[in-house]
Amino acid sequence: MDIKLENFLVEQTDFSLSADLTIKHGTTAIIGPSGGGKSTLLLAIAGFVDPARGGISIGGNIVTSTPPAKRPVTLLFQEHNLFSHLTVFKNTGLGVRPDLKLSKTQIEQVEDALEKVGLVDMGTRRPSELSGGQRQRVALARALLRDRPVLMLDEPFAALGPALRHEMLDLVARIRQEQNSTLLMVTHNPDDALRIAEHTVLVADGVAQPPQPTVTLLNNPPPALAAYLGK
Amino acid sequence: MANRPQPINPITRVSGSAALLFVALLVIGPLIALWLRADTSSTLVSADWAAVRFTLFQATLSASISVILAIPVARALARRTFRGRSVLVTLLGAPFLLPVIVAIFGLLAIWGRSGFVSQIFQSVGAERLNIYGLTGVLLAHVFFNLPLVTRLILQGWGRIPVEHFRLSAQLGLAPKDVFLQLEVPMLRGILPGAFLLVFLLCVTSFAVALTLGGGPKATTVELAIYQALRFEFDLGKAAILGLLQFLICGFIAFWSLRATTPVAFGGGLSTATQRWDVSSKFMLLQDAIVLIAITGFLGAPLIAVIGRGLPALSNLPTAIWPAMLNSLTVALLSAVLSVLLALTLAGFIDSLKVRHNKMSSVIEGIGLLTLAVSPFVLGTGLFIIIHPIADPFALALPVTALVNAAISLPLALRALLPALQHNRLTYGRLTDSLDIQGWARFRLTTWPIIRKPLGFSTGLAAALSMGDLGVITLFAPPDVETLPLIMYRLMGAYRMDEAASVALMLVALTLTLFWLFDRGGRLGHQT
Repeated sequence: MDIKLENFLVEQTDFSLSADLTIKHGTTAIIGPSGGGKSTLLLAIAGFVDPARGGISIGGNIVTSTPPAKRPVTLLFQEHNLFSHLTVFKNTGLGVRPDLKLSKTQIEQVEDALEKVGLVDMGTRRPSELSGGQRQRVALARALLRDRPVLMLDEPFAALGPALRHEMLDLVARIRQEQNSTLLMVTHNPDDALRIAEHTVLVADGVAQPPQPTVTLLNNPPPALAAYLGK
Repeated sequence: MANRPQPINPITRVSGSAALLFVALLVIGPLIALWLRADTSSTLVSADWAAVRFTLFQATLSASISVILAIPVARALARRTFRGRSVLVTLLGAPFLLPVIVAIFGLLAIWGRSGFVSQIFQSVGAERLNIYGLTGVLLAHVFFNLPLVTRLILQGWGRIPVEHFRLSAQLGLAPKDVFLQLEVPMLRGILPGAFLLVFLLCVTSFAVALTLGGGPKATTVELAIYQALRFEFDLGKAAILGLLQFLICGFIAFWSLRATTPVAFGGGLSTATQRWDVSSKFMLLQDAIVLIAITGFLGAPLIAVIGRGLPALSNLPTAIWPAMLNSLTVALLSAVLSVLLALTLAGFIDSLKVRHNKMSSVIEGIGLLTLAVSPFVLGTGLFIIIHPIADPFALALPVTALVNAAISLPLALRALLPALQHNRLTYGRLTDSLDIQGWARFRLTTWPIIRKPLGFSTGLAAALSMGDLGVITLFAPPDVETLPLIMYRLMGAYRMDEAASVALMLVALTLTLFWLFDRGGRLGHQT
């Protein structure tokens, strides 16, 4: 599904973000200096930040005033993706039914999803008993179950080491392909963008630029990106 | 040895040990005196057991009501942004600083026999209210503690990660499920500690029992001690009752420290969290009613004090000037003593943390011991110690200052110790490696960090001592007065206009003292 932001502006007390762009179906990375508005862009698409003007449409439907739960979107945060007092199974199950009254088939679905992200037999554990990577796997399993056309990641693997991060990125790429969803991923690492994203959006100085092919952008960075990358 | 800590500074060690000895003597001395003087031959009569029962009964009810009512208030504040929100949050802090006798004056002006509500009742032909006894005690305790618990719970709400509310919104959790999944677990963590804290405060709130309680049906243990000392002059009985009160408080304080109550004055109060599950008309109406009700409940008595006090200011009783001098002297002395003790103890405790963790915990425990010993028990013990040596009534003011300092010590310790520890953990190694030692270390790294909690603690100790109407009632002869004592005597003589004028002066002085110290600590403060 294409995501379209038209004449879009978010204003907060000491910060603003404007965007006028279309993100095509496929995988798109979002890159740029911290505090530039990368997270705000995702929060706005997910419905957590109201725009001062302009509109958002996803897959041709205008969603500007649609509440978060009704948007065809799953957003993974950098942290706090799990409720710490609920088990892995229940945290995942919330993706099927928010009141956790699961039927037999739904229980099997949850178990399948946990298996797909490599967490078999972990269902009874609590988030505090998991590693950082495992916690994000649980959040991915829940995203699998929600099966929304758009999946957005706000640097969820930033705290992981390189090997583990690559493994998680490959898992995300696999999930995206399986569900044929649109993937949007904030990263501060150009290698991550090169690894899975055909296109990249540069967000700097309160402006989100229209996406460009990742290779072109990174090989020929505009001044703001060049300063950020140290080139 | 990679982490070898610096040796403990001798000044820290000597001053810390001295402070420790002083506090230990001040707390344990009176307890021993009570133990030795307790008259085991005279058994407690049924009236004494009735006092124990009433103390526990009213404290249980007061704490339950405060906690239950605080939940909807905190919830409304946590999820609504409105004009005047910060004023309301500040208003929630007021009852803790307000002198008890002033608050009671305000409550009587609204709920008393000739109060505002009674007049409305009478005009429609209903009975006037009579709040003396259990009702009045509960009313006053809820007035003081409902705001305190609200602030504690509000912090809990502030600590729920904003991501969790976003997550709930994205997953489409119904308001009921948000409450069950996010808010109930938070409340479960905070409420037990809050309940015990309020229970402890209600067991030791002598001034409330003195003014609104009394009689065979509404006498607390502390009130019974007061009567035994002042009217029957039965030291043996007062000692036994004092030990009983110590047992009750010690038991509650032990559990309350274990429940790790969050600090009542932390952050997390400033802004409401944006929510996506609370926009229904019903919830909006519910929150509006709750917020209007709490504003009225807290605000009306305060307005009554100002309304009655202002016109009466022109004929202040002349006795107010020596009383004001006494009050200020006692407040300042006890604040300075309390904070000095807290600072030297905190420095000592912190310096022992690295190599003698156990010992450091024990010393911290002694510092917090006055939580378990009510000021009244301390006062009774001191009375028994002083009585054979000197005239206790002649020492009313110094003893009051001393006891008030001991009582504020745990509050100051709890504010200063985390700041010192934070300082050591964040900058300790850096300061060591730069070899900043002695006075320079204090001036450059410690002082900037502790001045804020230090100013706050001094202000709080001064304000609490200013409004004290506890130990002073045990010791004061008729010709020695403090502002709360004058107010109490004027109210007892039904000279309400004069009492109102004194109330206004007392509030103004108390808040000014607190503001001066607290402000002084923040002045030019970065962060």
